[in-house]
Amino acid sequence: MSPLLEVRDLQTHFFTRDGVVRAVDGVSFHLSPGETLGIVGESGCGKSVTALSILRLIAPETGRIVGGSIRFGGRELTTLSNEEMRELRGHKIAMIFQEPMTSLNPVLNIGTQIAESVVRHLRLPWRAARDRAREMLELVRIADPKQRLAEYPHQLSGGMRQRVMIAIALCCNPQVLIADEPTTALDVTIQAQILDLMLDLKEKLGTAIILITHDLGIVAETCERVFVMYAGRMVEEAPAASLFAQPRHPYTRGLLRALPRDEAGSDPTGARPRLTEIPGIVPALTQPIPGCAFVPRCAFAVERCRASPPVLTETAPAHLVSCWETARVAEAVA
Amino acid sequence: MSVPLSLEVEDLVKHFPVRGGLLQRRRGVVRAVDGVSFSIARGETLGLVGESGCGKTTLSRMVLKLIEPTSGRIRLGGIDVTGLSPRAMWEHRRRVQIVFQDPYSSLNPRLSAGTIVGEPLENFRLATGREKDRRVADLFIRVGLRPESMQRYAHEFSGGQRQRLGIAKALSVNPDLIVADEPVSALDVSVRAQVLNLMITLQEELKLAYLFVSHDLAIVRHVSHRIAVMYLGRIVELADKRALFANPLHPYTEALLAAAPVPDPARRRAKRIILAGDVPSPMRPPSGCRFHTRCPYAEPACRVTDPPLLDVAPGHQVACLMRPAGGGVRPVARSNGSRDRFL
Repeated sequence: MSPLLEVRDLQTHFFTRDGVVRAVDGVSFHLSPGETLGIVGESGCGKSVTALSILRLIAPETGRIVGGSIRFGGRELTTLSNEEMRELRGHKIAMIFQEPMTSLNPVLNIGTQIAESVVRHLRLPWRAARDRAREMLELVRIADPKQRLAEYPHQLSGGMRQRVMIAIALCCNPQVLIADEPTTALDVTIQAQILDLMLDLKEKLGTAIILITHDLGIVAETCERVFVMYAGRMVEEAPAASLFAQPRHPYTRGLLRALPRDEAGSDPTGARPRLTEIPGIVPALTQPIPGCAFVPRCAFAVERCRASPPVLTETAPAHLVSCWETARVAEAVA
Repeated sequence: MSVPLSLEVEDLVKHFPVRGGLLQRRRGVVRAVDGVSFSIARGETLGLVGESGCGKTTLSRMVLKLIEPTSGRIRLGGIDVTGLSPRAMWEHRRRVQIVFQDPYSSLNPRLSAGTIVGEPLENFRLATGREKDRRVADLFIRVGLRPESMQRYAHEFSGGQRQRLGIAKALSVNPDLIVADEPVSALDVSVRAQVLNLMITLQEELKLAYLFVSHDLAIVRHVSHRIAVMYLGRIVELADKRALFANPLHPYTEALLAAAPVPDPARRRAKRIILAGDVPSPMRPPSGCRFHTRCPYAEPACRVTDPPLLDVAPGHQVACLMRPAGGGVRPVARSNGSRDRFL
């Protein structure tokens, strides 16, 4: 299957008083139709900036895409005009954000907010667009959709607002849905509802999803393929099963081992084992990093890691790792 | 009673009046916390879990005496502090300290790190001058920060380091109990492990009691000895963490456990129980069992009868009419709470 979206060597930099921040520094990946791809990493790793770059939503006064290509359905997005991008956003590629309260307009009712993009992109008259809005509310399983159309965001709970966001995102049948931490602001039981809804709609509508999250649990439960970012770079990409069973990059391994495990709770003596820490902190992105960005925190680092950046290499079927010392890392696991 | 209790809370209630309209008349009450009893022993961590609006933050603010309970009792180290005036409370404040959720907004940006950590020592007149500096330096070392960084300001520290500062500040006055309200939820996974390990180590060294409030079950499971699950102002289940995870008895606990994503694709969606709907408003809690509107097992009786928190096994309390089926159930005497259950 040819990819729906293909990102090659994307570089997005921000220009600040403290220098150039290399927020995304050479990211390449592809997305197939109907696929769920997870992007994981900690705050500041560039996962959200990657998403915003795809939609060309980087504020031009602070930053811009300085290199690479983003191809979607045969078109190069980095060179499209603003007008052409507006046509695409919310139509072929839609996005939902973390905070449903701040992403909805507080002075417009729900119906208008959904119908707005239907009118704009599908060129339906308002009356038909409002019917479409009602259908969408039904689709995202909101009770009393007709009544809800007339309500305002503050009248809805957090979970319902996120359902409305999903309704807006999906109302024009996009081919790609980018969800940036869609459930981080929600409680666990509501999070389960929303994730379940997203996966269900993906099956129904065939939308490909890019799910951005810091939560490895969510990735494990929802994504088919995952890539892990660190300091603006990709460190590992693999099918979800393979990544969790055999993480090959020292950072991914560290992340997984830093999670509290079930077994800790079943220790018969009640003793609480210490979690495995990743020492140190994330590097500042204002300084150019000549080698691998993870070196200062990596137990496997050797001279070569400091000198030159590792290349993303396939070490097992569809399992790509950006590390010079994969052999030693693999040995340490065994 | 072999292990001394650090905190005992008995039938604690907090109702917030809701006013509205032109004359600001009382239109109702939010039953934020509605009859909660538990205790925490020295050296013990009680995990408190529940979703937003369940009352866990109100409860922890009452324990800190930042707000007065509507009714009920709070005992710190055996001393009843419930109705104490602010002046009388002052000498007991030292016993309970807090670690905040957000290490970015909870540290004064205009003060040096050393001043922040040393402030409680001055407030409680425990140390001044050189003695204070020496103790602050010791605290820095204890929480894994370099004493040379005492002169630096909060913004010069990373999130994890700031949380270490918050912990050092809490420790400065030798408290018995630390209320930690989501202490690691603002931190990244790799740094989170560092802070959790530090908290466990400090607890073991100093025999601190923790009231550890969090929405993250995996973390609560890791740090706690016992766990209380709250729903709409009530504790619905309280048990040793192993019992709670191996054998959750309340349907809400069961749903919470099932909803928490597990970082293992092999176990994907094997056990989803998805609760329908949202948490009802604490202004108008449902009749009978407060969970019946979302409960997959609810029977007609649940709509009528408000289930008390009952002992179903040693140290395992559940408030549910449907479980366990059969007899052998006895109500927990409220006055002695769950005091002998730890260890």
